[in-house]
Amino acid sequence: MKSYIPGNFKIDRDADKCIACEVCVRQCSYEVHAYDAEEDAVQADESLCTGCQRCVVFCPTEALGVQPNSNPGSKNQGHWTDNDRKRVLKQAETGGVLLTGMGTDKPYPIYWDNMVLNASQVTNPSIDPLREPMELRTYLGRKPDMLEIESRDTCPSLKTTLAPQLKLEVPILFSAISYGAVSYNVCESMARASKAAGTFWNTGEGGLHKNLHGYGNNTIVQVASGRFGVDKNYLDVAAAVEIKIGQGAKPGIGGHLPGEKVTEPISETRMIPVGTDAISPAPHHDIYSIEDLSQLIYALKEATNYTKPICVKIAAVHNAAAIASGIVRAGADIIAIDGIRGGTGAAPTVIRDNVGIPIELALAAVDQRLRDEGIRNQASIIAAGGFRNSADIVKAIALGADAVYIATSALIAIGCTVCQMCYTGKCPWGITTQQPHLVKRINPDIATERLTNLLRGWALEIKEMLGGMGINAIESLRGNRLHLRGVGLTDTELDILGILPAGR
Amino acid sequence: MKKVYPKEDVCIGCRLCEIHCLVQHSKSKDIIKAFKKEFPRALKRIRVEEKRPVSFAVQCRHCSDAPCVAACLTGAMSKDERGAVLHNPDKCIGCWTCIMVCPFGAIQTDKRGKRIVAKCDLCPGEETPVCVVHCPNRALVYEER
Amino acid sequence: MRLHRFEKDISGCSLTGFIHQDGKRVTGEDIMKSIACMHDRSNGLGGGFAAYGIYPDFKDHYALHLLFDTMKSKEETEHYLNQNFLIDVEEKIPTRKIPAIKNPPILWRYFLNPKRESREEAGLSEDDFVVQAVMKINSEIDGAFVMSSGKNMGAFKAVGFPEEVGEFYKLEEYKAWTWIAHGRFPTNTPGWWGGAHPFTLLDWSIVHNGEISSYGINKRYLEMFGYKCTLMTDTEVIAYLFDLFLRRHKLSIPLACKILAAPFWSDIERMEPKEQELMQTLRIVYGSGLANGPFAILLGHRGGLVGLNDRVKLRPLVVARKNETVYMSSEESGIREICPDPDEVWAPKAGEPVIAELKNKHVL
Repeated sequence: MKSYIPGNFKIDRDADKCIACEVCVRQCSYEVHAYDAEEDAVQADESLCTGCQRCVVFCPTEALGVQPNSNPGSKNQGHWTDNDRKRVLKQAETGGVLLTGMGTDKPYPIYWDNMVLNASQVTNPSIDPLREPMELRTYLGRKPDMLEIESRDTCPSLKTTLAPQLKLEVPILFSAISYGAVSYNVCESMARASKAAGTFWNTGEGGLHKNLHGYGNNTIVQVASGRFGVDKNYLDVAAAVEIKIGQGAKPGIGGHLPGEKVTEPISETRMIPVGTDAISPAPHHDIYSIEDLSQLIYALKEATNYTKPICVKIAAVHNAAAIASGIVRAGADIIAIDGIRGGTGAAPTVIRDNVGIPIELALAAVDQRLRDEGIRNQASIIAAGGFRNSADIVKAIALGADAVYIATSALIAIGCTVCQMCYTGKCPWGITTQQPHLVKRINPDIATERLTNLLRGWALEIKEMLGGMGINAIESLRGNRLHLRGVGLTDTELDILGILPAGR
Repeated sequence: MKKVYPKEDVCIGCRLCEIHCLVQHSKSKDIIKAFKKEFPRALKRIRVEEKRPVSFAVQCRHCSDAPCVAACLTGAMSKDERGAVLHNPDKCIGCWTCIMVCPFGAIQTDKRGKRIVAKCDLCPGEETPVCVVHCPNRALVYEER
Repeated sequence: MRLHRFEKDISGCSLTGFIHQDGKRVTGEDIMKSIACMHDRSNGLGGGFAAYGIYPDFKDHYALHLLFDTMKSKEETEHYLNQNFLIDVEEKIPTRKIPAIKNPPILWRYFLNPKRESREEAGLSEDDFVVQAVMKINSEIDGAFVMSSGKNMGAFKAVGFPEEVGEFYKLEEYKAWTWIAHGRFPTNTPGWWGGAHPFTLLDWSIVHNGEISSYGINKRYLEMFGYKCTLMTDTEVIAYLFDLFLRRHKLSIPLACKILAAPFWSDIERMEPKEQELMQTLRIVYGSGLANGPFAILLGHRGGLVGLNDRVKLRPLVVARKNETVYMSSEESGIREICPDPDEVWAPKAGEPVIAELKNKHVL
């Protein structure tokens, strides 16, 4: 049937600047631009444009502009926005489930922007991180309530054995991004950057490509509902194992890798046939209640000989605090909570945009609940879901997180423009694609440098903010909500976040 | 001596190297004028070979034992003190023997006037050849091996 | 979740203390002289003392020093105490009227012990039972606050310059082997007697100069173990942290100090393997007990006196010794005022505790 949906973008080519060099023609993986030899000019088929901005960035004369197309718009933009109308039309044309990529773009409140930080003045000196030691080192894992020390007069020695810990030089890890959702080169870059920065990356549910086994000491492997790639080697090589119960972008449903992206190497790593959709089941079919989770946690601990921390990742949902408490008591060493802004390679739009809660509220609730129950030390908390900058991270740590997971910001660092078309497998930036000529577009040397730079820049900024608060060790900020104040929040929101309003 | 080497595994076939080589060898050295106002257009001395997913840039390799230098009838092709192979247009008679002997096909015809040849000159006056500077994916490196 | 309404009071600014390690008891005159010498470090909005060995006739009783805003608070508190404790003596804390100390609250002391049935029903040790009672009175009974709750020791605090506070409480009539004193320089409005130092719990008393930037997390960490931080100043957490680490977790004083003033990771990496493992694990497990921000503290307890600086020594602390007496003070002048000719004087390093033990245990 004829489609009533106009192109989403309008392409503006400045004729005075265009030199018909055809760089845009070659860079566009959606075949939007084409060179017309007769006219000696480059033309564009706007209906195919996804607004990924690749051509704009690569055009050597900056002759291109790509803007959202609001034509024809409905008069009622207050209720029926263009996106809402287009989605109805799309479903009328296909009868299918609308898919999208990356995190939700709905204007839910961003609580980070309603919290401000303290600085020390007069009564307490601020600390200059360029001249004084400033410690960001963080250990993730289960900690006992107290230590048993054998006190011999001159030389006390430790009797308690500490549960296995992950040692981070910065409180930032790369979140789960599956090999399959992204290309091999992206995985290699995250692995190399984690090693360089002294932190960890997460395989997501794509399994671990054999060439990356060498980075095992910096790798957290994920055991998700599809159990892709899970075998003995996988567990042996890793530094920690994460059971993925859910993710912030699509709480309640499993991962989704469209068949177009399941190539030979993906098939080998995930242990599934080439070209088949890899749709993970919604629940783990062996975890229907909390005691089943405890069984899996201990099965993994046995399989890894109790030498590696076991993490459980959940999406932030209404009951997050109670669920988290259950997970800690079930034996998890680390809990990761992923908020509604979390990203994905493919998810139904309606789920991505409507299911889940913001990480700020979930984190505050979980941290407080675990403290109320006296079990906060039994598991470290990693917060995830749309961290944009180092201030978001500092605020998360002040609310109670031990560390944060970043994914969208990491992909943006290596070129992603958040066009939300990851599920097509044609990412012109070379990130969420398996097509070899596109995969080349991520040079792991460059991407590793970009990721390490990002972590380094953020670490320096975190140190500046800590120093400003008169703190020289990050454990003094962790859960220290008195360094936060709320601006423009309701009493209930302040209460849930556990912070005072600015002015008090 | 330092030469330009291609790295096939990260070449994305964008041909920005070709574009900037052309601009560097134009009269105006301005990208818009070079393409839209100069007639005849300047010549690029580098060319991207592509058969997806393989692609890489080809230019004069400044061979230590350069066949073009040996074949040149007039001495227009010569090696300078660092070892670079340079082309002197004043001496060139356009016999195109060098084009035939170059194993890389790195020399091309220059039909803009005297019908001579053109090839990579390592961008004299620039610290780093412009193809290397402008490659967005570090698929060209300028180093000594 | 309800937050305590917390208006931060900053902890300045003069402290001093000494211990006669041989158990010799002296009056409060010396300590008052020492703190008066550092008059300009405070602003008259708070002063206080703690003394050990002052109730030899009641050494086996818990001596509760309480302050009450109203008679109603006193009645409510006494009702609670009578239900749970056997009170042997209760009396007004002796004071003298001086113009500098205005509007004193009702000041009363009780020599008591937990009722065995109440304690057994709660399933707590005597000390824990008393701690629970202190937390309850401070957080639940309006207008009632416990100044000290130890045996054979007491805290005396008020709004005023410390030497005036000492005069008010007639400290020249008490004799103790350990005296500590503090003068405040708070930066908000006065009138809060409970906010003066020292902060005490059982036999622990703390005087503190500085500001704890990790207060928010120290407080939440302690709350997990049942401590309630109600006295509106960050010094309170130090007293409770020492109670937790020393009494409940049975760590040694040097190790507890290494939690509060933790060594840097770069220093830990240079330690010998056994010490390295211990310090690393200590820091990993007790990170929420690290007291960040500038501090100089004196910890008084029945076994002696400890002085400690923060891990980068951002507040002054000077220590001196003469014969069997150890002096610790914000300024050397405070020491020389009462000990003009010490055998040795030194400034302790950042994070290194100075531990002076009561050698003569017979007096306990």
